[in-house]
Amino acid sequence: MTTTTTERRAAVRETAPLLSVRDLTVTFQRHGEEPFRAVDGVSFDVRPGETVGLVGESGCGKSVTSLAIMRLLPKRGNKVTGTVNFEGTDLLSLSDAKMRDRRGRDIAMVFQDPLSSLNPVVPLGVQVAEVLERHRGMSRKAAMPVAAELLKRVGIPDPVRRLRDYPHQLSGGMRQRALIAIAVACAPRLLIADEPTTALDVTIQAQILALLKELVEDTGTALIMITHDLGVVAGLCDEVNVLYGGRIVERGDRHPLFRDPRHPYTNGLLASIPRLDAAGERLTPIPGSVADNLPWDHACAFAPRCSQPIEICTQVTPQLEVADGRALRCHNPVTSGWSGPSAGQTEGDVAR
Amino acid sequence: MSDSPKPTNPNPTNPIARYREARKERIDSLAQLSARDRVAVGAGAGGPGSDWTPSPDEVSVTESGTIEEKPGVSLWRSAWLRLRRNPVFLLGLTITIIFVLVAIFAPWIAPKDPVTGYLIDQVRRQTNPVPGPQPGFPLGGDHLGRDLLSRLIVGSRQTLIVGVLATFGGFIGGLILGTLAGALGGWVDSLVMRLVDVMLSIPSLVLALSIGAVASRPSQWTLIIAIAVVQVPIFARLLRGSLLAQRSSDHVLAAQALGIKRGPIIFRHMLPNAMGPVIVQATLALAVAIIDAAALSFIGLGDPDQRTPEWGAMLGQAQTYIYDHPHLAYYPAICIIVVALGFTLMGESLREALDPKTRR
Ligand SMILES: Nc1ncnc2c1ncn2[C@@H]1O[C@H](COP(=O)(O)OP(=O)(O)OP(=O)(O)O)[C@@H](O)[C@H]1O
Ligand SMILES: [Mg+2]
Repeated sequence: MTTTTTERRAAVRETAPLLSVRDLTVTFQRHGEEPFRAVDGVSFDVRPGETVGLVGESGCGKSVTSLAIMRLLPKRGNKVTGTVNFEGTDLLSLSDAKMRDRRGRDIAMVFQDPLSSLNPVVPLGVQVAEVLERHRGMSRKAAMPVAAELLKRVGIPDPVRRLRDYPHQLSGGMRQRALIAIAVACAPRLLIADEPTTALDVTIQAQILALLKELVEDTGTALIMITHDLGVVAGLCDEVNVLYGGRIVERGDRHPLFRDPRHPYTNGLLASIPRLDAAGERLTPIPGSVADNLPWDHACAFAPRCSQPIEICTQVTPQLEVADGRALRCHNPVTSGWSGPSAGQTEGDVAR
Repeated sequence: MSDSPKPTNPNPTNPIARYREARKERIDSLAQLSARDRVAVGAGAGGPGSDWTPSPDEVSVTESGTIEEKPGVSLWRSAWLRLRRNPVFLLGLTITIIFVLVAIFAPWIAPKDPVTGYLIDQVRRQTNPVPGPQPGFPLGGDHLGRDLLSRLIVGSRQTLIVGVLATFGGFIGGLILGTLAGALGGWVDSLVMRLVDVMLSIPSLVLALSIGAVASRPSQWTLIIAIAVVQVPIFARLLRGSLLAQRSSDHVLAAQALGIKRGPIIFRHMLPNAMGPVIVQATLALAVAIIDAAALSFIGLGDPDQRTPEWGAMLGQAQTYIYDHPHLAYYPAICIIVVALGFTLMGESLREALDPKTRR
């Protein structure tokens, strides 16, 4: 399995990126307050068919990154700079109307809370049909059977009857399936899933992840998986970007990254995942919280919480350095390979 | 920006300013009902007017992964379950239903014809201007010998028609202005809201009075228009606030993420979900419209045709005989008060049932 994955990865890496984010910076400015950079020079690529993870704690800028890519941040009170290149066009400089045509057709999004992301007063079928009408120019009548087909595709039983149901009549897992059906209705080339499983209970989480994985493999859609849970990433992502304080601190392919995390933050995140083979061992959460962050301007934001800070960490901003397919922003990386389970085991233990 | 629901000056000394602020605050608090529970209670950072999008941490999901209060359709259903056992609501509902039935079937319920002066030969201008109760005329007659009971019953029609049409007119006007402001934003919003705020700062009866007085020939329609105009800014401000709360909701964001165009976003995703507070307001507005209509008729700005019975006009005519025959004033006054109370009780308990803050 590992060989095929490696080969597939090598092939994927050759292809030109589908989405290429460069120096994306989002600054929030609310009156009478200091400007706040929620996303600070983030760059990454997503190739066709690839699944890329954006991982980090709450507040590190994951959702803001995805909303900036979709151009869905509020019109006022923030400034977005950098480029978001999607198949050769910079999304950030498209007109509003052109961007609207692309949303849902080329790039779609699945949100965290499936109940509040569905319109409570519109039947499910109409909500699925609406996207088809919008981007495929279908009539309501023609769209309905397609909508039923889509609901069936995402594993909703008795889809024809479900078309007339309202969101509150479905279970949480069903609702998330329905949202996924709506998102993939027009076969977008990129799907952004912002913590799609956080609001669901554990067994349903696994089912939804399996569904996403299946869809990605069948349709060749690229996926940006946003999560604070490395366990979710373990079973799904080809490449993982670890975010801290609005910046990428480490990036690598899933297996090498899990086998050999170099950034103390990544290492800390891995150490805080419950593992089946480590029953009895204590989990070691990362001490402190984001409130302890130093400003990136002349320090490493993570330094106060780091397990192995050195003097320079509080004086000089570490740069993102790339070597052997691994990008790392750290003055004092973890050296000895972390003696955890191999990535294969992690996948088996955590994601299923 | 006129966005923020908090008063610009918390304690204005000017009574008119205080009146205006109190009125606005009440409307805005009603508008927040359309926001989901957690938007109304959770997001301390911003009311419906701010650009703040609540971060997903604020999503109140219980440990078991279920969401406590379900919004939308089931919000109405859970409100109904609470209302069904609320005696205040039931009282209001009963009064309203009786009133509406009486008004609709008035010509068949009324024992006598309301315009015929049956007792006119008993009327003595000096000694006995108002015939008293007698067999066939349980409440007696009026100064023209017409049956008082029948006039009261048939008068309910006028009250219902004026109340409903005026509220409907106000609702339509408010819907248009509020949707323009809440959905388009920008300078349209500023312009509309300035206008609405100016209108709100004039006490409603004074405004209705001036509109009614401007009309060259007062009629039932000038009455309806005057009262409708007074309701427009209330509905407009309410709907705008309610739409702003919708604009920052998750499902509108999700619809935007699908590239849905502005029109459907407004009419399919925002407006239907913003209607809750408007329905509550419409119930309360009916009570106000009924009282305003009575007040305007009382001072003679209503339908000049004295034959059609109208409670406010009946009250006005009773003034002449108020010392010797106060019952002539009591009956229409009681009718007005009871009916207005019925709508108010219903509207207030509806508001309470839908308001997450007063719940539990
Ligand atoms: N509209 C806004 N105005 C001001 N600040 C904002 C706004 N939206 C987000 N932020 C700030 O940006 C930062 C990043 O928020 P973001 O929602 O991207 O976090 P996240 O990584 O998605 O976290 P979570 O795991 O909780 O979803 C936070 O500190 C948040 O307070
Ligand atoms: Mg988020």
